[in-house]
Amino acid sequence: MIESSTIQALIGGLLIGVSASLLIMLSGRIAGISGILSGAIFNKADRLWRVLFLLGLLVGGYLCHLLTGKPIPELAITNPWLAIAGGLIVGYGVRLGSGCTSGHGVCGIARLSPRSIVATLTFIFAGMLTVAATNLIAGGLT
Amino acid sequence: MKHDLSALVAGILFGFGLAYSGMTDTHKVIGFLDIFGSWDYDLAFVMGGALAVSLVSFRLMKNREFSLIECAVDMPSNRQIDTKLIAGSALFGIGWGLFGYCPGPALAALIYLDPNTLLFVVSMIAGMTAHRYLKFAS
Repeated sequence: MIESSTIQALIGGLLIGVSASLLIMLSGRIAGISGILSGAIFNKADRLWRVLFLLGLLVGGYLCHLLTGKPIPELAITNPWLAIAGGLIVGYGVRLGSGCTSGHGVCGIARLSPRSIVATLTFIFAGMLTVAATNLIAGGLT
Repeated sequence: MKHDLSALVAGILFGFGLAYSGMTDTHKVIGFLDIFGSWDYDLAFVMGGALAVSLVSFRLMKNREFSLIECAVDMPSNRQIDTKLIAGSALFGIGWGLFGYCPGPALAALIYLDPNTLLFVVSMIAGMTAHRYLKFAS
């Protein structure tokens, strides 16, 4: 028996794939969220499509819960200092590494870019080590 | 105009997919990264599903100068695997494992109106700003 959460992960993933395909096939752009966010903030030229994509991200997430009745998830980590530390490191890291889960993990691997394959393996492995380390030190963060 | 509209549609689909797949649930994300503990493999199917579609479309768009609606195709050209790529990705992974959000899900999760998510997103933008304006010796 396959869990419904696994099916939802697959369907959600397919939708993300359709979205990235639409963006490259119509707008001619890469669906890399960190690049789009940074461009929307720092790049005055050609800002509108980025702002609209990000707005769509919020609307789409909201529509999902509204239409499917999927409950809104609670945060696993409720310590605000971890939110700040995590945010700072993610923000700095994705720019230094030129991409995140979407840009490298979906679009970059789809292009068969060696850079993106290396980046994706690196951030997944670093994430796994971090969770293992926090489990070991603190018995899991909250 | 047309390419702005398709970006909006793509954004809506992306946000829907993130929320439906479980990527906006930090319990699921941390469970996925907890490979040495009680591993929750579900989120591997998100990347699998996304790649099943995008591998085909990116193959079709490879070497095309213009999109189907005549927009210039902006494919990354950098092929250098360097310290920046590795160090940046490693940092990103650490932050991802600490709180459970990567950039897309964090933005989509803003609508859940949890103050800690807002704190994460503001700090993430501060981190991006720091990268843009602070140049460390390299």
